[in-house]
Formats: sequence, C-alpha cells, structure tokens
Amino acid sequence: MIPISWYLIFAAALFCIGLFGVLARRNAIAILMGIELMLNAVNVNLIAFWRYATPEKINGQVFAVIVFAVAAAEVAVGLAIFISVYRRRGTVSTDEIDLLKW
Amino acid sequence: MTIGTLIWLIPLPPLLAFFIIILITNRNKRLSHTLSVGSAILSWIGSMVVVWAAFNSEHLGLHPFTSYLAWFPTGDSWFVIGVQIDPLSAGTLFFVAWTILMIFIYSVGYQNFGQPKGDYDRAGLPPQGATVSDVHGHSHKVPSIEPMYSRFFAFIGLFAFGMYLLVVTGNLLILFVGWEIMGLCSYLLIGFWYGKPSARAAMIKAFMTTRVGDVFMLLGIAYLYTATGTLNYREIFYNEDVLHQLATTSTGIFGLSVAGLIGLLLFIGAVGKSAQWPLHVWLPDAMEGPTPVSAMIHAATMVSAGVYMTIRIFPLVSAGAEYGQLTPTMTVIAFIGTFTAIFASTIAIAQNDIKRVLAYSTISQLGFMFAAIGIGAYVAAAFHLIMHAFFKALLFLGSGSVIHGMEHGVLHTGEHIDSQDMFNMGGLRKKMPATFWTFLIGGLALSGFPILTAGFWSKDEIFADAFGHNHWAVFITLALAALLTAYYTMRQITLTFLGKPRTHAAEHAHESTWTMTLPLVVLAVLSVIAGWVGIPEDFPVLGGTIPNFMHEFVGETLLEHPEMVVFSYIPLLTSLVVSLGGLTLGWLVYRDIKVGAFDPVQKALGPVYTVLKKGYYFDELYDFLFVRPSYWLAKNFAYMWMDRKVIDGIINGVGHITGLIGEFLRIFIDKPIINGFGDWVGKTTKKLGFLFRPIQTGRVQQYMIIALVSMMAFSAIFYYLLVFTR
Repeated sequence: MIPISWYLIFAAALFCIGLFGVLARRNAIAILMGIELMLNAVNVNLIAFWRYATPEKINGQVFAVIVFAVAAAEVAVGLAIFISVYRRRGTVSTDEIDLLKW
Repeated sequence: MTIGTLIWLIPLPPLLAFFIIILITNRNKRLSHTLSVGSAILSWIGSMVVVWAAFNSEHLGLHPFTSYLAWFPTGDSWFVIGVQIDPLSAGTLFFVAWTILMIFIYSVGYQNFGQPKGDYDRAGLPPQGATVSDVHGHSHKVPSIEPMYSRFFAFIGLFAFGMYLLVVTGNLLILFVGWEIMGLCSYLLIGFWYGKPSARAAMIKAFMTTRVGDVFMLLGIAYLYTATGTLNYREIFYNEDVLHQLATTSTGIFGLSVAGLIGLLLFIGAVGKSAQWPLHVWLPDAMEGPTPVSAMIHAATMVSAGVYMTIRIFPLVSAGAEYGQLTPTMTVIAFIGTFTAIFASTIAIAQNDIKRVLAYSTISQLGFMFAAIGIGAYVAAAFHLIMHAFFKALLFLGSGSVIHGMEHGVLHTGEHIDSQDMFNMGGLRKKMPATFWTFLIGGLALSGFPILTAGFWSKDEIFADAFGHNHWAVFITLALAALLTAYYTMRQITLTFLGKPRTHAAEHAHESTWTMTLPLVVLAVLSVIAGWVGIPEDFPVLGGTIPNFMHEFVGETLLEHPEMVVFSYIPLLTSLVVSLGGLTLGWLVYRDIKVGAFDPVQKALGPVYTVLKKGYYFDELYDFLFVRPSYWLAKNFAYMWMDRKVIDGIINGVGHITGLIGEFLRIFIDKPIINGFGDWVGKTTKKLGFLFRPIQTGRVQQYMIIALVSMMAFSAIFYYLLVFTR
C-alpha cells in the first residue's frame, strides 16, 4: 500500500498551488478555481486519513461528499456575484474591485 | 343608643354641615342655611335628650354620664379623652343648645334671606341695599341679601361644633381644642366683612388678645398634666388625694401652691377668652362682626366658656382653703372679676353705639360671674352664667333687630346716619313692637328687675353669697356695678324705644321678619322663667313654692357641696334698690332727648365722660405699650436687622461660599479631570482610527495575505508555547 505520507505530501502540494492561485491571480474566476483546488486538497487528506485510520466506518467519505456539496454551492454563489460585478463594472479583476476600501 | 354615644354625637352635625356647605352646597343659599339650621336642630334635640336624662338622674354629680376613649399612647399608658355630662355641663349644654339654635334661626332673617341681590354688593362688605320697583312703577331701596350668605352659615356651624365639643368633653385638652376652634371662628366672623378696614383690625385684635390668655392656659394645662399625668376632670377635680397633693406642694413662685399656680394660669386663659380686665379690649371691637355673631360668640357662648372653665377648675383654685376662706388665686379671681364688673359698667354708660353698650355690659356681667367664683360662690356664678346667656343673647338679637329696622329706614329715606347710634333712634316701640317688648324683658333681666326676671334671681344669689361670707368690698363694688348696669340698660331702652323718633330713618323703621322675632320671643320667655329654678328656699313668700333646683343640681358637681347662705334682707334690699334706682335714674335722665342733643351726662361729668367714652384710654395705652413697640421691633429689629442683615447675610454668605466652592471644583476637578478624560477617550479613538486606516485597502487578496500571515504567526507562537514551554 502506498504510505500515507505520499498522500499528505500530494495534498499539501495541491493546497499550496491552490493558495498561490488565490493570492496571486488577478482574475476572480482563477481565484475561485484556486479555492476549489484547496478544498480538494482537504478532500484528499480526509479520504487518506479515513482509509488509514478507520476504514470500517463511512465518516471520511461522508465528509468529502459534504465538502463537494458545499464547494459546489459556494462556486455557484461566487460565480453569481462575479457575473453581477462584471455587469456593473465590466471587469472581474480584483485589483479594480476595491469597494471595501474605506 | 346609649347616652354616652349620644353625647359623642351632639357636636357632630354642625361640623358636618360646615364641611358640606364649604365643599358642596355653597352656591345654593337656601340649601346652605337649611343644612346649617338643620344641624343645629339635630344637636339641639340630642342636647335636650341628654339634659332631660341628666335632670332626671339621681346624684348626677357622683355618677355623671361618661364615655371614655383611648386617644394615643403616652409611654406605658394611654392618653384618655372622653365625654362627661355632670350637672354643670348639663346646665351649660341646656343654654348653649337653646341660644345656638335660636341664633341660627335668627341669622336667616338677619342676613336678609329672600331679599333681592344688592345693586353694588360685593363679597366682604355688608349688603348695601337693592332697588326694586313696585306695581306702580315707583322704585324703592330695600335691604339686600348678604353676598357671602353660605359662608356665614358654614362658619357658625363650625363655631357650634367647637362650643358643643367644649361643653360635652370631660378632658381639659379637648376643652382647649374646642376653645381654640371657637377662637378661630371668632376671628373669622369678626372679620366676616373683611372689606372694612375696621373689621380687619378688630379680627386681628381679638385673635391676638385672646392668644395672650391662651398661651398661659396652655402652660397651665401642660403643668397640670406634668403634675398629675392626666387631664380628665374626674381624675383631678373629683379626687381628694390629687387635690390635696397639689395644694400642699409649693412652687416657690409668689408662695403659691401647685394647685394655685395652675389655677392662676388657667384663669388667665379665661381672662382672655371672657374679656376680663386687662384683656378686655378686644370684645367691644368684636362688635364689627354681624350681630348674630356678637350675640352667639361674644355674649352667650364663647365668652361664657371662660367662666365655665373657671367653674370647672374651681376645686383646683380653692384647694387647700377651709370653707369660707379664700386662697390667693381666688383672691385674684375675685379682684379681677369685681374690678371688671365696675370698670366695664362705667364705660358702658358713655357709649352711644347700641352694640358697644351691650359689649361692655357683657364684660361687666362676666366680671360678676368671676367675682362670684372668686368668693367661692360657684353655683351662683353658674346660675348667672346660664341666665346671662339667655338675656344677653336676647338683647344682642334685639339690638340686631333694631339695627336692621333702622337700616331699613335708612335705605328708605336715603339719610346718611349711623344706624347703630342710639341718639339717631327713639320711638321705635311703635314701629317694632315685638322687638321692643322682648328687648324690654331682656333689659329688665339684665338690670335684675325684681321677682319676675331671671337676672334678679341670679344676681341676687351673688349678692347674698358676697354678703353672707362677709366679702364687703366685693359686695359694695358689685352693688355699684349693678346700679350702673340698671342705669345704662334703661338709658339704652329709653334712647332706643321710648320718646319720639329723632331721625327720619327711625320714623320709617320696620319690624323684622318672623325668623328674627321668633328667637326673640323664645329667648324672652327663657329670660323670665329660667330664673325660677333658682329661688332661694327661705325667700319671703315665694321661697319653697318651686324647689331651689339650681342649687341642688349644680351644687352636686363638686366633691364639697356648698351650703346655702342664710337668707338676709340686706342683700335683697340692696338688689332691689340698685335695680329699681338705676332704672328710674336712667329713665329720668334720658326720657326727653331732643333731636341733635348731646348726652346730658356729658355736661355733668365733663372730661370724665370723655375718659369713659374712650374706655379709660386702654386702647391707646395698649397701642402705646404693645402695638407700637411691636411694630417698631418688627421694623427695626426683625426686618432691618434680623431679616436684612442676619438672615439675608447668612443666606447671601452661604450663596457666595457655595459659588466659590463651585468655581474651585470647576477649575481644578471638572475641567482637567472629568472633561479631560472624556476628551482623551474621544481623541484617542480618533487617533487609533487614523493609525489603522491605511490597512483598509479594499483589496481582498491583501486581506487574505494578512490573514494567512497572522495565522501562521499565531500558529508559530502557539506551537512554541505548547512544545517548548512545557
């Protein structure tokens, strides 16, 4: 069996790629995609720990499925917001969306 | 209902009437007087039931009707008040109920009920008359109704409450309460026409003068309470141990015993209330009030209260003396009474105002009573008190009727004369027959006209007592006073009713309405027959036909029953001579006064007449001795020094110092500390805001970096804490 550390290293790499995408990209769509990567990195962790710690129970899988559902909902909401922002301001670049500024 | 409960209820109806009139019915004159007179009738019925029961009970003095009630706790015990009807209160209740009822009824007519409203009448001034036109189109001036009609009936109701309370109570403190309620009503009613400056002055004078006596009386009551621990009559005046103890303890003041000193203090209260010399000055001025008030308060009831109280405390003043001897206090009482009797009667002979004559006569007659108490003849004093209430109320009401008739004439003729001056009257017997006959009866009773009238029997008893116990000075002085009494009474009757009218107003005088004449008739009957209860048993011919009820009944009031003095012809003859002599003299001097003539006595007496007319200048003397110094003190000491300098100075000083303290606090505490703190909070918040403002860029990614960095930093810190600091 593949050792658990491989999975964890893979998940951490995936998370860092996602994080970099979130922090570095200007395009809001790309940021959303980064978030998806981070969530999936967490899912990989969940499944890996489930498989190695308590394979007789179903918890880990259930958590992963719930995370999928939440991620889907979040993306739907996020995309809706960006569409709305795009309609109003003609851009989805986060540099230009600074309405939260004082 | 037991008799005790009934006695409690007697004073209440007039009090209720007072409150109802004042609070509710004062706009309705008819309802107000109905309530007031109705309450007087209720009290009268209650009184008559009680008096009847009292007359019919055996040994009432030993077993009086009593009912007690604990009022308030005083230390371990309760202060007990109560009602008590003993022979003295029964007799007093009898005359009080009759005179009050009669005067209430009389007031309806006197205050012109049923007459139209006056043309120019204003509250606080006597009615000035109204113009009415008859069927022929002629207009007449007629008397108008009193503007403050309801108020009058409310006040006399309150007064009646005070008097009934004073009579039925068995406690000296409650007596004092009734006493003061009457003082207040006297004040209010003397100044009933408060629009007149003279009435205002008179009300204040009456109140202040009686207050002098009342202060001493309150001292006496306080002393008595301290000495005995109770104020119930029964426990003090009917208790030999207490009396003996009070009489044998010396106070060291003028060598008086405690009993003597308390008696003297209480007597000073009576001097004020009963207008005895030297506190007599208020009573003549009190005639400013409406005449029913003069009759009720200042002749029949309130001024009698002083005599009543002094008879009440007689065991105290006489304690320690053998029968027939006088204690120092009794000597003082006898002196004041006798002196006042002669003093006031000399003033009365020079007065022209019909009511002032009666006022001085009242003072003089009350002097007779005090003289009688002073020489130990308290039964005679009580007898004269009751008789005097009847005939003096009658005389006052009669004079009110005369004044009323004269005012009618004055309104009719339009003359500008004083309707109370007897020299403006004359010949009124034909115009006002009912008033004349009743006034004549009252006058004869006052003079002590032999056999028929009540005044003869009561005055005769005082003479007999003075003579029988060898008090020569008292006897002779009182005889002289009685001579003068008969003289000025006849002078009054002659000037008012006999001869020919001296003014047009007197020609057009008019008999008063039935509400006024009915009380006159009732009181006239009482002035005659009431005296028959006190005919001495060894009096020639008449003696014994009617038992001497008075002496047996009232004599029982106290522990020691006084003995009847042995009959002697000398006081009887004296009484006859002074009475008939005075009457004849008065008639001879005044039978033929011409229009505009002066008093014939004025020429004969010269300056003495002026002195008498001015009442020995007592008003001026008191004005100089007390009134002016009081004003001077009030202005220079109380106002200029005390008020302006001391009180104002203290207040201004306090204000100034407070201002300084405030200023200090403002500069050193308020501004730097309180304000500073507030400002500091505001400024600091603002500064912090400026400080953190730049990190609010609005870039989501920057926020996320901050979040990431801080999370990692905190993680590092926690990791360090958890791992390396175990």
